[in-house]
Amino acid sequence: MNNIIKIAFRNLYRQKRRSFLTIGIVAFGVLAVLLFSATAGSFKNFVIGEITDSMLGHIQIHAKGYVGALDNLPLDRTLDEKQIKQMEKVLNNIPEIESYSYRILLGGMLSNYLESTSAKFSAIIPAKEDKVVPLLKDRLKKGNFLRKGEILLPELITKGFDSKIGDDIVLVATNADGSVNGQSFKISGVMESVMGPTGKYGYIHFDDARTLLRMDGMEISEVAIRLKSFDDMNEVNSILNKKLGAIKNPKENNVFEVHTWESLSPFYNIAQMIDMMALFIKAILIGIVLVSIMNVMIMAVYERTKEIGSISAMGTLPSKIKLMFLFEGFFLGIFGSVIGIVVSMISIFIVNISHFTIAFGRNSNILLEPEVSLSQIGITAFIVIIVSIIAVMEPASKASKLEPIEALRQN
Amino acid sequence: MGLIKLESVKKVYQMGNVSVTALKGIDVEIDKGAFISFIGPSGSGKTTLLNLIGCLDKPTSGNLEVMDTNIAKLNYVERAKFRGEHLGFIFQNFNLIPVLTVYENVEYPLVMVKSLPKKEREEKALSLLDAVGMLDQKDKMINQISGGQKQRAAIARALTTDPKIVLADEPTANLDHNSAYKVVHLMKKLSRGIGTTFIFSTHDPKIVAEVDIIYTLEDGVLTKREERGNNE
Repeated sequence: MNNIIKIAFRNLYRQKRRSFLTIGIVAFGVLAVLLFSATAGSFKNFVIGEITDSMLGHIQIHAKGYVGALDNLPLDRTLDEKQIKQMEKVLNNIPEIESYSYRILLGGMLSNYLESTSAKFSAIIPAKEDKVVPLLKDRLKKGNFLRKGEILLPELITKGFDSKIGDDIVLVATNADGSVNGQSFKISGVMESVMGPTGKYGYIHFDDARTLLRMDGMEISEVAIRLKSFDDMNEVNSILNKKLGAIKNPKENNVFEVHTWESLSPFYNIAQMIDMMALFIKAILIGIVLVSIMNVMIMAVYERTKEIGSISAMGTLPSKIKLMFLFEGFFLGIFGSVIGIVVSMISIFIVNISHFTIAFGRNSNILLEPEVSLSQIGITAFIVIIVSIIAVMEPASKASKLEPIEALRQN
Repeated sequence: MGLIKLESVKKVYQMGNVSVTALKGIDVEIDKGAFISFIGPSGSGKTTLLNLIGCLDKPTSGNLEVMDTNIAKLNYVERAKFRGEHLGFIFQNFNLIPVLTVYENVEYPLVMVKSLPKKEREEKALSLLDAVGMLDQKDKMINQISGGQKQRAAIARALTTDPKIVLADEPTANLDHNSAYKVVHLMKKLSRGIGTTFIFSTHDPKIVAEVDIIYTLEDGVLTKREERGNNE
């Protein structure tokens, strides 16, 4: 075996320029895959993190039919006290859940006494919300975070109203019974908008919303849940669906509906597109490796036909001839992978220390912090090596089947 | 006792729609330890005959037995094994492996064909390199030695597996007079020393002058057998 490896290695070295070129092409493919995966992954994780940690949470629970009517923020599709207790019982028994927070979503008219505009608000319990969406506070562009009697305005409305921190503003809303009520708030801060269904909402305190909407008992529009590990999302989602799905109303219909952030945010489609592009680049890598290695090995077999004939005449078994060529392809793949991985790591390091930022939507300052996992590196290297071996199969097989008498006749 | 037996051996090549008969019924018996040559003009069938004896090809008809083995009945892999175990080849163009050193070329069949342990391989390869006078060149790459040295290395390689038969197709064709002379004498000396059968296909009078028996082939037919009485 050592001798086969030695010959294979030296055969590659014999055609230095060609081998280095092939290794370079493979390395470039590996670089493209790893750098794209790391950079796009960084961007994707940043945006997902922003969406889940500053707005949606990982999972949300609503009354059945609420999400379908989200644009209207229906106050007649809330969860009542009894349903909340049933739900709490389930939530408290799932150890993967770190915390959860109640919200009331409402629409209303805002007035600064000079002009008015419609706006949507999320009524929150600040202390609980902080545990579920810890980056919410980071969206505060100016001012202070929420206290009772205060309001956090979306930045566009603040600009439109030319409002300042500390100004008074009136929010008028219609409750579930159709009666209208107004309440005065002090502007405590301005919130940065983010992508997503509630990304341009303002915030008021949960208790203020209950007063404004004249709610007698406990009612909520949604529950936002944060998990201890983001990776448990699908598992917890299915547990919640199973357990909450078992709770029916008197008409035997489901009471709750459970959604992960993926079904609530349009960014999920972009994230899927990023994954698709990563897959597409991997497919290109496979193509590059397949074509370049197959091409170089077909040439090698053609050029060394006479040599193959002489070692075959000496009694070298076809299996050993095949193995020799397989090793050549394997080496091209492995060297290309190693060089590609090393160059990728250096490139990723350079991107990280250069603090590159990109703009996405209204966020013009997304810092790219690419990182690549060991599993990603391993999978990419594995793909390259396997494809290299597949690429060399045909030429190797052809070499091993050459009739020595025919091969020896070649010039 | 015949080491190689050919009875009415014919070889026909199909070139498109045309059949070319390279050998038209050859009957030969070659004994163990013989030092013989097939001579004849180009296209007379010398190389074809050597290829058949060397199990590189199969006869179209007739019976060909090498060491009591009917070659026609062996498949591709069995023929490769048979060649590795019993035959050695010396080529006109040497056909040494360019990426290996002289020593590694001689060692090659012991690794790839015989799978001998390292120590045995080393002893065998070094003793053969010594026998062909190439011990001092053993670490050189093939492109660093002369044509005569290449052929001596090729002879050592052909003998490294202790073959019963060595087939040499025009082994001196690419050598100068002096090198060719040395190579022929070396092969004869080795043949006498280890009892290996050497079969040549050649035009070279230097080889012809040294062999024990000359078979003349003309147009695929064996026309003459001449014993030279060169046995020493």
